[in-house]
Amino acid sequence: MRKPVFRKPRRWLLAVTTSVLAAIFLSACGGQGNILDTYGPIAGQERTLFYIILAIATVVFVGVEGALVYSIIRFRERPGMPNPRQIHGNLTIEMIWTAVPAIILFITLGFTIQTLFAVDAAPASGSMVTVEAVGHQWWWEFYYPEYKITTADSLYIPVNTNIKVELYSNNVIHSFWVPQLTGKTDVIPGHNNVKYFSANQTGTYIGECAEYCGTEHANMKFNVVVVQPDQFNTWVTTQQQAAVTPAKGSLAAQGEQIFANGVCSGCHGIVGVNIQPGAAGSPYGYYDPSVYCNDPNTLDTTKCKIGPNLTHFGSRSLIAGGVLTNNAADCQPETETFQQLLRTCNLAKWLNDPQGIKPGNDMVINQLTPDQIKALVAYLESLK
Amino acid sequence: MATQVIDTTTTVVRRKTFSETYIGEWITTTDHKKLGIMYLVTGFFFFLVGGMEALLIRTQLAFPDGKVLTPQEYDSIFTMHGTTMIFLFVIPVLVGFGNYIVPLMIGARDMAFPRLNAFGYWGLLFGGLFLQASFAVGSAPDGGWFMYAPLSEAACGVHAVSCTPGMNADFWILGVLMLGISSIAGSVNFVVTILKLRAPGMSINRMPIFAWMTLVTSFLLLFALPSLTTASVLLLLDRHLGTHFYQYASGGDPLLWQHLFWSFGHPEVYILILPAFGIISEVLPVFSRKPLFGYTFVAWSGVAIGFLSFTVWAHHMFAVGLPPLAQAFFATSTTLIAIPTAVKIFNWLGTVYGGKLKFDVPMLFALGFVAMFLIGGLNGVALAIVPVDYQLTDTYFVVAHIHYVLFGGSAFAIFAGVFYWFPKMTGKMLNATLGKIQFWLFLIGVNLTFFPMHLLGLFGMPRRQWTYAGNLGWNDLNLMASIGALIIGIGVMVFLYNFFTSLKSGQPAGSDPWDAFTLEWDTTSPPKKYNFLTIPVVRSRRPFFDKKYPEIADWKSKEAMH
Repeated sequence: MRKPVFRKPRRWLLAVTTSVLAAIFLSACGGQGNILDTYGPIAGQERTLFYIILAIATVVFVGVEGALVYSIIRFRERPGMPNPRQIHGNLTIEMIWTAVPAIILFITLGFTIQTLFAVDAAPASGSMVTVEAVGHQWWWEFYYPEYKITTADSLYIPVNTNIKVELYSNNVIHSFWVPQLTGKTDVIPGHNNVKYFSANQTGTYIGECAEYCGTEHANMKFNVVVVQPDQFNTWVTTQQQAAVTPAKGSLAAQGEQIFANGVCSGCHGIVGVNIQPGAAGSPYGYYDPSVYCNDPNTLDTTKCKIGPNLTHFGSRSLIAGGVLTNNAADCQPETETFQQLLRTCNLAKWLNDPQGIKPGNDMVINQLTPDQIKALVAYLESLK
Repeated sequence: MATQVIDTTTTVVRRKTFSETYIGEWITTTDHKKLGIMYLVTGFFFFLVGGMEALLIRTQLAFPDGKVLTPQEYDSIFTMHGTTMIFLFVIPVLVGFGNYIVPLMIGARDMAFPRLNAFGYWGLLFGGLFLQASFAVGSAPDGGWFMYAPLSEAACGVHAVSCTPGMNADFWILGVLMLGISSIAGSVNFVVTILKLRAPGMSINRMPIFAWMTLVTSFLLLFALPSLTTASVLLLLDRHLGTHFYQYASGGDPLLWQHLFWSFGHPEVYILILPAFGIISEVLPVFSRKPLFGYTFVAWSGVAIGFLSFTVWAHHMFAVGLPPLAQAFFATSTTLIAIPTAVKIFNWLGTVYGGKLKFDVPMLFALGFVAMFLIGGLNGVALAIVPVDYQLTDTYFVVAHIHYVLFGGSAFAIFAGVFYWFPKMTGKMLNATLGKIQFWLFLIGVNLTFFPMHLLGLFGMPRRQWTYAGNLGWNDLNLMASIGALIIGIGVMVFLYNFFTSLKSGQPAGSDPWDAFTLEWDTTSPPKKYNFLTIPVVRSRRPFFDKKYPEIADWKSKEAMH
């Protein structure tokens, strides 16, 4: 018999090559939500484990589907084919194919349990920043108990620092997820789960609510802004200030009046306008939601507002759970006409028609006039 | 049609009673074959309803910022799609096959409790109509098919913002309760029928695998449904009588719902797939012209899956913050349940290997099942890896997984069963060319719809989103999925055309068109009301094969009886 020129291709080699190519493809494609393009150790460990299972699955897939296709071609009925031998089984073979998947599965189980304890554990060393992430229908609020500040839609964290996230909800179940930094942990009323993660590269990452939480589940996103520690400290100091008071007679000053006297201040708070700093437990005017928003019987709506706090709205990158980006540079209410503003400025679009942009959200208000919207845009975007 | 009949005992001519008219006969029947057909037809009707809901979902998501549905409509549609397909399509159709085929397979004249059987069917029909009627009054359930509390509560949250105040969740709770009663009635009947009414000589280890799997499934339903019933009744009390089982602010716990629901919900997953395993284990041997490879392993792996399915429920809850030790336990039990499932796939390969394969339509769907279910098994293992699950749970990766298992798995097996047993039920063959066209449309459609969803999950798309922004890298994959859904839809149209034309003018089938092995083929097509003129005597696992090929009968072979 002639020797073949090439050695028989090994099936597992083919499978491994395929999965390596698939891995390259997977981590290169996809956008900000790609769980295989990671920037933190927790997501990194989860990704490694995914690649292990992907490789094993590829080998099994190629082997089993290969055997199936081989049988289909090899044993298809042909004219004059005799009836096959009536084989009822083979105990040895069956023992083997029970044992082999069992061994493979238990090896992966070993990896699973090892990684599971690693990603769930509290970090043993290193500096730590604590954040209370509060799931609302449908936006995220972030309270920093160490700094006594509150923000919404954007979670600022320092790079290479352990972040302890205390997950709090007083309504329905949400799930906290930053695909490129960490897998999910559910935010369950009454359970106050804790999640640890960190980011090893500065930048902005997308965060999403991953548990169906009602009508606008799709528009419950947030940004994780990872910055250098000194920038983080500067940011904290800024957030601790009360809102800037606009110059007398400016458009922004009119906006402040509309905010304070109109419907806005019922649901939103701005420190220095309708909330005063310095009360007990609230040196900068912010209140811990897990304390002040926890009991419906003793709820004080001056300390626990239903909408996001807007004291530093102008510094945030998203509006209303990420349904729009806060493109402050495109908002020039002083110079633009209302129609121009409505075309370019997302905040103006939002104030003009919140139910059209995010149907079902809690901001059900009477139509604001063009002048009111212009003034509010000027004011809110000035709140850096 | 004559409206008068001659009474056979008194020879007096009298008016037909209601139960003797065509309609009356169907409405009042307790015959397992008629009820089986009614289950099947009802199930397929709801398959079309659920399919249209699926197409609406895929239309909405075909492009970013879709405006076809409002978010409220989308939420109702995806909830009802899941509820309909699971409770009103897959279960009824598999029960329908069981009703029609199991008594014939085991050589019985009917189910053990014929009237209970009829009760079960009517419970299903009215439960199903009740659920769908919610659309007519404009409050279809919208909490997802697993109805997580407290979102499904009337009021939740300290700001007293109402969650699901209308009748939406009530429709779901009451509908599912009715369907549960129907399923309990059906399951008791199957258990007693299979344990007590087998033909002489059909010992339990000679039963066809389809009867085995129906038996296991019935036990699963009996033990799993109480959990769902409890959960729903507690929710109903919360919603209307002011109790607080799932209200954290008053000392209740939202996780109670999840534990109760999934301790029903995971056995439920196997309720949807075990009878499908049974169908595949009947079809593959006949069209490979060989007995099933490793009967004992296939039967007992089904039983093992049944037991283990009660120990894995919290793998749906890996992200809820259970302690790592509990996570490790459920990861281990989930790993264990993968073993008998793998064994089954290997045994099917062993059945096909070395056979003489005839590619009739039932065989195509059965082979398609093996190929697709394998994918559903492998991506299922990925979800059992807890840290990977932290990333993948509640994304489109899970949607891909359930659809490879439920569409590539259960639905392919159901169509294998339809093409296989249609001749027995009607006496006519379904058109094979149209069947092959449907098969290829389904195979292409399923992969085009559901494979991209793996990638959507990896790229961070959460499930149950009524819309998505265009800048997240999800556009092309979603469009592919929507095109795939359309292809499946065309396949269903081909099937409907095939069904009605074949029913009217299909080729006559004869009693045994596939040269099959089991007792249901050893009688006329369709069988007479009493099924068999004389009850057959069984000497092996393939009684009808023995009868047709006495020289190589199984009972003569030592190997066949091990």
